[in-house]
Amino acid sequence: MHERPPKVIVTKIGFDGHDRGSRIIAACLRDAGMEVIYTPPWQEIPTVIKLAIEEDADVIGISSLATDHLIVPQLMDALRAAGLDDVQVIVGGIVPAKDEATLLASGVARVFHPGTALEVIVTEVRALARKRQAKERAAT
Amino acid sequence: MNKPAAHIAADELTQASARWEKEFSKGAGDADEVVNRSDIKVKPLYGPTDWSGTDYLDALGFPGEYPYTRGIYPTMYRGRSWSQRQLVGLGVPEDFNARVKEMLGLGASALSLIPCNSVYRGYDADEVPAELLGTCGTVINHVEDMQRALDGVPIGDLSTAMNDPSPFTLLAFELAVAKRRDIPWTKITGTSNQSDCISHFVANHMFFRIALQGARRIVVDHIEFVNKHVPGWNPLSIVGQHMQQAGATPAEAMAFTLCSAIQYTEDCIARGMDPDSFLPRFTFFFDISVSLFEEVAKFRAGRRIWAKLCRERFGAKDPRSWRFKFHAQTSGVDLTRQQPLNNISRVTVQAMAGIFGGLQSLHTDGYDEAFSTPTTEAARIAVATQNILREEAHLTDVIDPLGGSYYVETLTDQMQGKIESIIDLVDATGGMYKAVEQGLVQQMIGQSAFKFQKRVDSGEETVVGVNAYQVEENPTDYPSLEYPDRERMNSQIGKLAQFKANRSASAVEKALDGLARTANTKDGNVFEQVVVAAEAGVTHGEICGTLRREMGFGHPLTVV
Repeated sequence: MHERPPKVIVTKIGFDGHDRGSRIIAACLRDAGMEVIYTPPWQEIPTVIKLAIEEDADVIGISSLATDHLIVPQLMDALRAAGLDDVQVIVGGIVPAKDEATLLASGVARVFHPGTALEVIVTEVRALARKRQAKERAAT
Repeated sequence: MNKPAAHIAADELTQASARWEKEFSKGAGDADEVVNRSDIKVKPLYGPTDWSGTDYLDALGFPGEYPYTRGIYPTMYRGRSWSQRQLVGLGVPEDFNARVKEMLGLGASALSLIPCNSVYRGYDADEVPAELLGTCGTVINHVEDMQRALDGVPIGDLSTAMNDPSPFTLLAFELAVAKRRDIPWTKITGTSNQSDCISHFVANHMFFRIALQGARRIVVDHIEFVNKHVPGWNPLSIVGQHMQQAGATPAEAMAFTLCSAIQYTEDCIARGMDPDSFLPRFTFFFDISVSLFEEVAKFRAGRRIWAKLCRERFGAKDPRSWRFKFHAQTSGVDLTRQQPLNNISRVTVQAMAGIFGGLQSLHTDGYDEAFSTPTTEAARIAVATQNILREEAHLTDVIDPLGGSYYVETLTDQMQGKIESIIDLVDATGGMYKAVEQGLVQQMIGQSAFKFQKRVDSGEETVVGVNAYQVEENPTDYPSLEYPDRERMNSQIGKLAQFKANRSASAVEKALDGLARTANTKDGNVFEQVVVAAEAGVTHGEICGTLRREMGFGHPLTVV
């Protein structure tokens, strides 16, 4: 079966507006041949869910600098409620070690910290997208 | 006997220089080309053929004299030190108050209030997800919150900065507190630190969600009001920090900041204000990266360009209008999560660059910036770093100590060239509002950010602990700030409800009416109405909500 390129939403939820990280990640994934849906900061969780459904996204990347990662578990609940359990969620930015476990336990696939090389992120996002696409194929 | 460089015979100099060049290439071979962050090629040596000093008086002059390249005051740090202005923002107003008192006890001489991100978006505590309250700034929603935050803080004698975008509700609350404490507004000094709406829309999107053109009008209203009623207050801080943190090179950040300053000046002039009535109160706010000499050159060039713009382009006659006063903050982007204590060294170098650059006010980052809002310990070290540089390292003994360095003077000229060419580009686009509405500025910043990240990833740019000199680390050992206690936050929300219940509903209604009406007419001063509203007990969320309704919702202007 033909593999389609990974489809990734790169966004920020909550109140912070610092988007250097999300812009760099969006540009880098796009350069790597992925289909990237980039949103400005300040998205609300229902908007992200709606976007994920409309775009049939494989991966949602949440960038967080100033504690917005604290509402990511709410996003995970909302994804499950919408039946999007297979969509892979990654979080990148400033996430204290003590919060990483909470995020992973809530269903986040991976947390990327400052200093991670773009190459590493590309490889992992590709693998996560493949995982989701395989699940999708298995389901249909 | 040494002769001044300018008197050395030209042929003698050329011969000597060629001799050295030969020896250098023998030793270094085809050494890699060095290019700084602003894309200027850096040579291995500078000498009198690069900078002769013959135009000393025009290009540099003396400190406190046009064009102020060597500093804006004749005495600089020999007269008084820079202000040690640490940003503080966490939890509830009482938490802020305790931290500020501690910082003042340690030698900080001014304060800077960072509001919670919910406040930064223009909402009250009862309108937002509770998880996000007070995690990276203080929750301040009304005059009584501000009163608790400033309890026992001598606001009539101490400079206070409010990180406060349009419509400047935090300043309005502070003025209301001053009135309650019988402190005349003429004694209130400080700065509206986040008043540059352009930088928010393009770079960090930290604003009260009021549409750009509405925010633009309120900036000018605020300048007009403050000049008249709070003459010791700097209503405008034009910010390069956001853009450099977002990825602009040092030259781009300086250039865009000056373009915004040009735009605000032209807006004030269009309002009928005399440049000499407002320019002396313009201040700037910059980022200081670890690229030491480049930062020094950035500040020196910026000072010179601004003086010339004010005198020649705007026709300001008062020398106080030509002075480029700035606050600077060491760059958080340069700090690493890996081997976090290394950040103390980085902050030290950044602070040195700012001090050599002639800043008026400095915030040094906590070493834990890359994984947390600063802990108490990190905040203490940050203040101590400033004290060590001033009093142990004697950095302040000599004014502009790098002035006259062949390298620094050449680089200052080159940075000036880069900066002026960007100003020309923005002018040709029709000014800074046009340039950001078209996405030009965002595009340049985005490209520079991506380019720099690629340089780090390829190893071209070393970042110790990240792409070189790594060691095994256990991230759970990193310190991290505790989040505010949920019960304290709940009690804060309770106090808001109580405050709303106790105030006069008719006074609130009347104030909000006045605010909405003023926002809808060209006459009248919106900020004046914000002050009236703050005194009447209107909350931050209500003020911002009303203005959003009347002036439009402000979306971030982003481009990928």
